[in-house]
Amino acid sequence: MKMTPQNSRRLLLGGLAVVLLGALAWVALRTGPLAPTKVQVTQVQKGSVSPTIFGIGQVEAQRSWMVGPTVAGRVLSVKVDVGQAVQPGQPLAEMDPVDLDQRLAALDASLARAQSAQQAAGAQVADAQARSALAAANLKRNQDLANQNFISAGALEARAQDVASANAGVAAAQANLGGSAQDITRLRAERAALAQQRGNLKLVAPAAAVVTVREAEAGTTVVAGQAVLRLIDPATLWVKLRVDQGRSAGLAPGLAARIALRSRPGELLAGKVARVEALADSVTEERLAMVAFDALPGGASVGEMVEVTLQLPATAESLLLPNAAVVQHEGKTGVWRLKDGTLEFAPVTLGVRGLDGTVQVITGLVEADTVVRYSQSALKPGARIAVVEQLVPAGAAK
Amino acid sequence: MISLAGRDILHGWSKYVLTGLGLGLLIGVTLTMAGVYRGMVDDAHALLTNSRADLWVVQKDTQGPYAESSSIKDDVVRSVRGMPGVAAAANVAYLTMQVQKDGQDQRVMVVGMEPGMPGAPGYLVTGRHITRNHYEAVADVKTGFALGDTVRIRRHDYTVVGLTRRMVSSGGDPMLFVPMKDAQETQFLKDNDAIVNDRARTAANPAFNRPGSPGLLEAVQNLQTSSRSVNAVLVQIAPGFNPEQVAEPIRRWKHLSVYTRDGMEDILVVKLIANSAKQIGMFLVILAIVSAAIVAFIIYTMTMGKLREIAVLKLIGTRDRTIAGMILQQALGLGLIGFAVGKVAATFWAPAFPKFVLLLPGDSVTGLVVTLIICALASTLAIRVALKVDPGAAIG
Repeated sequence: MKMTPQNSRRLLLGGLAVVLLGALAWVALRTGPLAPTKVQVTQVQKGSVSPTIFGIGQVEAQRSWMVGPTVAGRVLSVKVDVGQAVQPGQPLAEMDPVDLDQRLAALDASLARAQSAQQAAGAQVADAQARSALAAANLKRNQDLANQNFISAGALEARAQDVASANAGVAAAQANLGGSAQDITRLRAERAALAQQRGNLKLVAPAAAVVTVREAEAGTTVVAGQAVLRLIDPATLWVKLRVDQGRSAGLAPGLAARIALRSRPGELLAGKVARVEALADSVTEERLAMVAFDALPGGASVGEMVEVTLQLPATAESLLLPNAAVVQHEGKTGVWRLKDGTLEFAPVTLGVRGLDGTVQVITGLVEADTVVRYSQSALKPGARIAVVEQLVPAGAAK
Repeated sequence: MISLAGRDILHGWSKYVLTGLGLGLLIGVTLTMAGVYRGMVDDAHALLTNSRADLWVVQKDTQGPYAESSSIKDDVVRSVRGMPGVAAAANVAYLTMQVQKDGQDQRVMVVGMEPGMPGAPGYLVTGRHITRNHYEAVADVKTGFALGDTVRIRRHDYTVVGLTRRMVSSGGDPMLFVPMKDAQETQFLKDNDAIVNDRARTAANPAFNRPGSPGLLEAVQNLQTSSRSVNAVLVQIAPGFNPEQVAEPIRRWKHLSVYTRDGMEDILVVKLIANSAKQIGMFLVILAIVSAAIVAFIIYTMTMGKLREIAVLKLIGTRDRTIAGMILQQALGLGLIGFAVGKVAATFWAPAFPKFVLLLPGDSVTGLVVTLIICALASTLAIRVALKVDPGAAIG
């Protein structure tokens, strides 16, 4: 055929028609609901996964005290301020004694008076003893006279009675003296009790600590047991860790921990699980553990939030999968396996999971099985798929 | 036998092709508009499908969690798990909010979910699923986030560890999946100033701050900032049960509202997007009428331009049927070119739309049939004029 203008025009139009038809066919088959689902596959490989436990917690002090009065009263003075380090026995605050000092003075006076009374009783004893001695001498003389019948028997009996009275007087005076001594003992005890109460109004540090809160100022009335000051021991800072119950398998004392304080997110501090609490939080479905720092971080504040990662020992060599490959299909957990180019659902049982997204496969797959890792949409058995190198051109997961 | 229509097209091919192209772009717009409507409905369906739930358990007498707000306590899920026919149940929290991305606001629906449970993304396009129970997120690719990006939600930074696709709210906002506890906190956490103000307000209330009862104030304040609520419980039913059979006892004994997939679709498609769908539908109808009118006019003017040639044909004794066939073939050809161009164009520009545009093959077939019918009808107008032309006009 010669290339007449008509023929070339025909060719051009034919070419255009072919291009249009081609584009239409491509559009119909490669996009929209008729297009195959693009997937990215991976092979099941052997390896070991080191399971990790992740949780958040907050810095707490193992030892903390609330210092306050044992009876209601008014605060007289507070001697320390927040942030101050205190030594054991150091006075921290004092409560208003109200009338305690006056009562002490009154007791002191009573004591002095009781001592005077004791002296008086001693003098009375001496007086009674003098009387008794005189009566005895008189009796002896009158007995001699009565033997010589110079006086009547009646007069002698009167002397004997004098002696008995004088002796009774001595006994009474001695009893008086004893009583006054007991009075003094009682008053001393009362004073000691009052002094003890007075001393109790002084709030002293129970141990070496740092003041964290000054809750009441001078003049504030507080009830018994209410804190005036709160103290913590900064050397006992640790972390109260909360771990989701479902992901806490293997949580045990002694596990090595990496702790990131919220104030220093880039810095990982070493620590160790000191204790796993016997009581879990049933409301938040979390388990609690205390994690101690290997070296106390300077400047950590109580109540600061931390992220804790606990490293568990690595598992033995086993089949591994990325967790992106694991799907739920008709109520079963499994993966989409590619067998001879067709897609089938393979239920699997999974073991431990690493924080990096690797999952241990216990049963359901063999090594070098090809499974779908990423897909453009949810898959069905026998669905048309197109395997691509990379679904999203981006870097790998962290 | 030579094709009269083909010869004529060959004669003025550039005009014919360009007309077809223009018509094609118009048909493309109409198809896109249908795609926008389908996309809207599909967004609603995608939301339901991607949640992988058979039943939605929500606050009593609400149509939550998508159409209305619903709030239930997060321990309700435990009692739901114990009901007959429930294979799996999980808490879920939804909140639509703006998150910062490179200094620009990005509207997303934050979904609080438990990994591997209903409500969690079923597939990924890259990265991995969430493994920590705090501060990790899986994002829809439409959010524009990449792996390793940090997203700030309220006071915490979340690391994007995986990307998924077609996970959107019924309004087409892309989803951002975060662990349940974080979502709960985000949903009910006020900003710090508000918390401090609230504390001061509570402390000023003598009922909560009595001198005789130390500790009461702290207890009240703790109560104010803790949150134990979720929006819904998603339930998957065990094989052998039908959804209504499982839903009924939960409604009756747990005093909650329960929706099946059908009920939820009804709420989303019929109630939630009804107005915007009607809006698009109205626009689609008008666009279709305008397109039809333009096709008719184009073919009419095309014929009018050839009246002289038609008169010549008549003069040399061409049959009316042949002339009518020529015009009809040209009109149908125009329709076919237009449809093909329109379909290709719509497919190429659809991904550029911010919301999902779904071009269904069924819609395309309907579009093709309607285009051809309109072309055929429009050509009758031109045929009538052509047949009426006086052969004498060719020489007069």
